[in-house]
Amino acid sequence: MDGQQDFVMRTRGLRKTYVMGKTKVHALQGVDFTVHRGEMIAIVGASGSGKSTLMNIIGCLDYPTGGTYQLDGVQVESMGRNKLADIRNQKIGFVFQGFNLLARTSALENVELPLLYDRSGRKMKIRDKAREALERVGLGDRTNHEPNELSGGQQQRVAIARALVSSPAILLADEPTGNLDSQTSVEVMALFQELHRQGMTILVVTHEKDVAQCAERIIELRDGRIIRNELVRDRRDAALDPVPANPVLQQPAGRA
Amino acid sequence: MKSSTLIKVASQSILKNKMRTLLTMLGIVIGVGAVIVMVAIGQGAQSQIQDQINNLGTNMIVITPGSSNQGGVNRGAQSYNRLTAKDAEKIKRESLVVSAVSPVVFSRTQVIGGQGNWRTTINGVSTDYQIIRNWDLKYGRFFDQAEQRQMRRIAVLGHTVWENLYPGQDPVGQSVQIRNVPVVIVGVLEKKGQTANGTDQDDVIFAPYTTVQTRLSGWSRIFQILASTPSTRDIPEAQAELTAIMREAHGLSRWEEDDFTVRNQNDLAEAAQGTTQIMTWLLAAIASISLLVGGIGIMNIMLVSVTERTREIGIRMAIGARGRDVLTQFLVESIVMSVLGGMIGVGIGFISSNVLGQVTGWNTVVSPTTIMIALGFSAAVGIFFGFYPARKASSLNPIDALRYE
Repeated sequence: MDGQQDFVMRTRGLRKTYVMGKTKVHALQGVDFTVHRGEMIAIVGASGSGKSTLMNIIGCLDYPTGGTYQLDGVQVESMGRNKLADIRNQKIGFVFQGFNLLARTSALENVELPLLYDRSGRKMKIRDKAREALERVGLGDRTNHEPNELSGGQQQRVAIARALVSSPAILLADEPTGNLDSQTSVEVMALFQELHRQGMTILVVTHEKDVAQCAERIIELRDGRIIRNELVRDRRDAALDPVPANPVLQQPAGRA
Repeated sequence: MKSSTLIKVASQSILKNKMRTLLTMLGIVIGVGAVIVMVAIGQGAQSQIQDQINNLGTNMIVITPGSSNQGGVNRGAQSYNRLTAKDAEKIKRESLVVSAVSPVVFSRTQVIGGQGNWRTTINGVSTDYQIIRNWDLKYGRFFDQAEQRQMRRIAVLGHTVWENLYPGQDPVGQSVQIRNVPVVIVGVLEKKGQTANGTDQDDVIFAPYTTVQTRLSGWSRIFQILASTPSTRDIPEAQAELTAIMREAHGLSRWEEDDFTVRNQNDLAEAAQGTTQIMTWLLAAIASISLLVGGIGIMNIMLVSVTERTREIGIRMAIGARGRDVLTQFLVESIVMSVLGGMIGVGIGFISSNVLGQVTGWNTVVSPTTIMIALGFSAAVGIFFGFYPARKASSLNPIDALRYE
């Protein structure tokens, strides 16, 4: 049931403790969860619940204090800085709240960026791949625009194209709609759902209920622990995660 | 990252801030320009001195009278002249290394002929003199061995004398009056210019030393003996040989000091070269201080740039840049900036040293070596002063960098 190919990532007993002077802050206190291939998951929680810390560790930007983390068949928690950079490049696509595009750099060049740091040695036409990714998010006609010439929604879509371009194992979105108005938020989330339908594994960190409702599964954190991990929408082809005790099926739409 | 991509990325970020880049580069431009100009002046002086020394004659050895030391009172160089034409003749006969020898005797006098009269120096020399000084003729010929032996009243005019007495015409066959003795002109020499200390070498008349000694001045002492060797390598050997011949000619016993001095052209040349070399280095050193200041300017701007672009560094790291990639990017940026500044500096230095040469009349030389060194130096400045900021950028924590406002 729990075969190697079945899941994209799995954490076991993930802990993170920050030492600030004499006080210790336990941001994560043993987090276990599994993400299956093709799933779309929302991580929710109040501020201070540890979701940013979790995001950083999952995103291979930070090291856990304890526990194990397996990503796409690779044990990540004890890797060196350079290897971790390569993992971020190959296996993870980031989408940030503030878009984080390079200013005064065209959309196309922004999307090309991850490919410039590619060390896998795979042969590819960087420009073509970047253009393809932009077309996938519906910005094929905006390739030469710079971020300040694009709307917020368009900027976020460029960021999504940049996250997609290296064909990562998982898409990590940190409050992707936090800087967008509600109409654009809906559009961006629709794009995520479309990608999800195409088979992309997506993990969204959010505190907005509507956004969380777009996911199939919601993981809720509080004080560094998972207090809820439940399926909110049916998914035909995925096996259930073993952790949730009582998967509750809920009505997904029409609650906004 | 491929190096072409690296340079592209670096140029992009440099171009994004044109004004700042320009001002930063200005320090390097001025530094490199100053180095180029200073070295050009130094090397110009050096080559000028070299030319003047070569102009005196190639592989030349000079024998001058020594000092006299009587009762402990040294009366200084040339105070005790025992040089004679016989010494020169003996050298000519016995030396195996020296290829040409000439005694020199001077006499300053008024000369009448052609357009009027002119006060100049009569130099009594031998036929070898022309070889030693490597001096070409404008008209006619130099006198030969037979004429020298026969003490013929003939002369070869220097360029300045010719210009004053026979401007624009060939005076061969005409005669001038030297101390009321008519002397027939057989040739006119080409222009040789001034010596290093400003003496006009062309204000002179050459005649066989035999003629000058017996008919024109009546002095039997000569002032110096010039000799030359076929190649520079022979000079040390020739000097030793000449010293031995001269000691024998003057009948000096083993404990007596030389009553003459043997010097060579190269000693003189090296001394002069050494001085200007030091000058050049000094000028270059002063100019490199401005290059150093330019380098500090680059470091300053790069540090500001790293702080300003903290977020960009975070983004690059988040999408997979290694610390090394970030380090290289910033290092390449500072190198591109300094090398570009260096190239502009070379251009400006080149132009201004030419202009300076035109305006002041100084000889300025911009050699390819100088340009290469200046460019290499500016690249080194870029690496040296770019490393610390680049290092700082590469060691940023991606999480903090992403959060940086």
